[in-house]
Amino acid sequence: MYMHNNKGKNLQIDATDHVAPGGLLSRRLFLNSALATTAALATTRAAYGQEDMVGEGQEDWTLYPGSDALEYGERSRFEVDRVRRTAGPGYQNEEFASLRTIVHRARTPHQDLMGTITPSGLHFELTHHGIPDIDPEQHAVVIHGMVKQPLKYNIEALENYPTITREHFLECSGNSLALWSEKPQEWNLQRMHGLLSGSQWTGVPLSTLLDECGVSPDAKWIIAEGADSGSLSRSIPIDKALKDSMIAIYQNGERIRPGQGYPMRLFNPGYEGNTSVKWIRSLHVTDRPAMSRFETSTYTDKMPDGKALQFTLEIDVKSMITRPSNAMSLKKHGLYEITGLAWSGKGKIDRVEVSVDGGKTWAEAALEGPIQSIMLTRFRIPWLWQGEPAILQSRAIDEFGRVQPSRSELVEARGTKGTYHYHGYQSWGVGTNGKISNVYT
Amino acid sequence: MYMRKTLIIAGLLMSTQMGVAQESRFGVPATQADIDKRFWSVFPDGEFLPEGEGNVAEGAELFEYNCNLCHNYPDENDPNKNAIGKLFGGHETMGTDNIDRTIGSYWPHPTTVFNYIRRAMPLIAPMSLTNSEYYSLTAYLLHENGIIGENDVINKDTLPKVQMPNRDGFVNAYPDIPEKYRTKQ
Ligand code: HEC
Repeated sequence: MYMHNNKGKNLQIDATDHVAPGGLLSRRLFLNSALATTAALATTRAAYGQEDMVGEGQEDWTLYPGSDALEYGERSRFEVDRVRRTAGPGYQNEEFASLRTIVHRARTPHQDLMGTITPSGLHFELTHHGIPDIDPEQHAVVIHGMVKQPLKYNIEALENYPTITREHFLECSGNSLALWSEKPQEWNLQRMHGLLSGSQWTGVPLSTLLDECGVSPDAKWIIAEGADSGSLSRSIPIDKALKDSMIAIYQNGERIRPGQGYPMRLFNPGYEGNTSVKWIRSLHVTDRPAMSRFETSTYTDKMPDGKALQFTLEIDVKSMITRPSNAMSLKKHGLYEITGLAWSGKGKIDRVEVSVDGGKTWAEAALEGPIQSIMLTRFRIPWLWQGEPAILQSRAIDEFGRVQPSRSELVEARGTKGTYHYHGYQSWGVGTNGKISNVYT
Repeated sequence: MYMRKTLIIAGLLMSTQMGVAQESRFGVPATQADIDKRFWSVFPDGEFLPEGEGNVAEGAELFEYNCNLCHNYPDENDPNKNAIGKLFGGHETMGTDNIDRTIGSYWPHPTTVFNYIRRAMPLIAPMSLTNSEYYSLTAYLLHENGIIGENDVINKDTLPKVQMPNRDGFVNAYPDIPEKYRTKQ
């Protein structure tokens, strides 16, 4: 059978290419470029009766010299609507929003992005007390408490240390929270899953600095505080701090931006976003948590028995399909690539499986390497859609064999009132008309 | 430059033993003033609570001027009622799976109230009141939630002793989520 893929190329598909019912095809089809592309590049050089300038028919940008390079580069003017929307229409009453709330949310538009690194300007931001405008000359972090020698480091001091560079995802524990809702909410992909991003972070391992201060063997926690107008504070287990936390000063190769904690932030790989305290200025070494607001009243998960889970710090194994998703619709029958992101706060992604029949059958997707620990991993699998209704789902398995639960498995264990740490499936229902919506199975 | 980096790495390899302060290479000793300026936490057992004292009556007045604008919802049907932290009520929801997250029905530690409002409130002018005024506001919030009496005073000795209604409502999930709440997988 011959089909057109969504880029209009011809493709030969036979029965052995189907890996699961519903049109899921062997990932080899895309991987090995085994596409029987027969696109003929038509030669359009015709014999002209008279001699034209040779550039006849070229676009202006080919015919006129372009502009000078900018001091700081910008995106194409045709791409500027790919932005982080801070709130959807009707999300909050405008007047109220400006007067009474200052919790700002800017979400990553995953429907527009590819690869695994989120451009710095599209990295999600959630700030409880706004973004401070910090003069780096006047900023420093102090490490104190149960240490031999309390020390103070400014950005200049930190710049002297050998740095480490790691690619890591960061996810707000409130990401995807509408999937806890008893009925499916029509939040688009960006609003639903946009409090998640991936970046390259460069900084000084916290263990290096803690070592210099001489941490007491009885220390168990570190209380981190920021310099924002809420002096945001979280308690971090010392085991984590010594294992892989860093004071990050660069993001994607340039100094961290104000919304990400300029000039320095704590970064705790794989932990819920709020613990990676931005604008870090105090690290108090102690033997117990401080029980700050953001580890008691907020970011705690209400369970069916009336209790609440506290210090649910590590992000579970999770994935979502970004294309197709409810941020778009399928315009014609044919070949599509299902692609999305998988991540785990513990380590590497081992496998991602995709279903187009609401979880009845699954096929393994191809993972795009290199697969990095505690980083987004992109998966993809070809899908032939011939107009039948479908439910697209992905489930990730990490290197420790942890399997992402379905929504109903998660709800069975934790109820629907948890608010935070949703990590079950995202199910995209595809109608016969190609319209895509958030559904539950 | 290359030489210096090599030396730093050699230094790093030597600094292994935890608990032994290394000569800091680039940090400078932090003074008490450096620390006090940046460290605002207080602990449930009362550690780091400052001197000063407050009461409910003064707290009520302070609340009226500094907090009411954003935190008072006379209209129960106001759709924005829960958009920012709801501070009062919700006692009837305790023990259910949808417990209201108010100070009275949800917050497990009294010190968290002082810890948070002193560093962060009023939202548009944080740290603009005195320690005694923050103690008074804490007293008012606890009283309005039916937790302390009208004439109780709040200071560094009395605050940690306040018994919060939901003090047993939390389950520690670090390092592992208790079996009961884990998914089958
Ligand atoms: C300009 C508006 C505004 C004013 C004035 C204000 N607050 Fe707030 N308050 C907020 C917002 C917004 C939040 C939620 C912030 C967030 O989610 O991080 C909040 C959160 C809180 C919380 C935490 C609620 C929770 O459930 O976790 C407490 C307690 C609080 N405020 C007390 C006060 C007190 C006491 C005052 C007066 C001294 C005050 N606020 C003045 C806007 C305000």
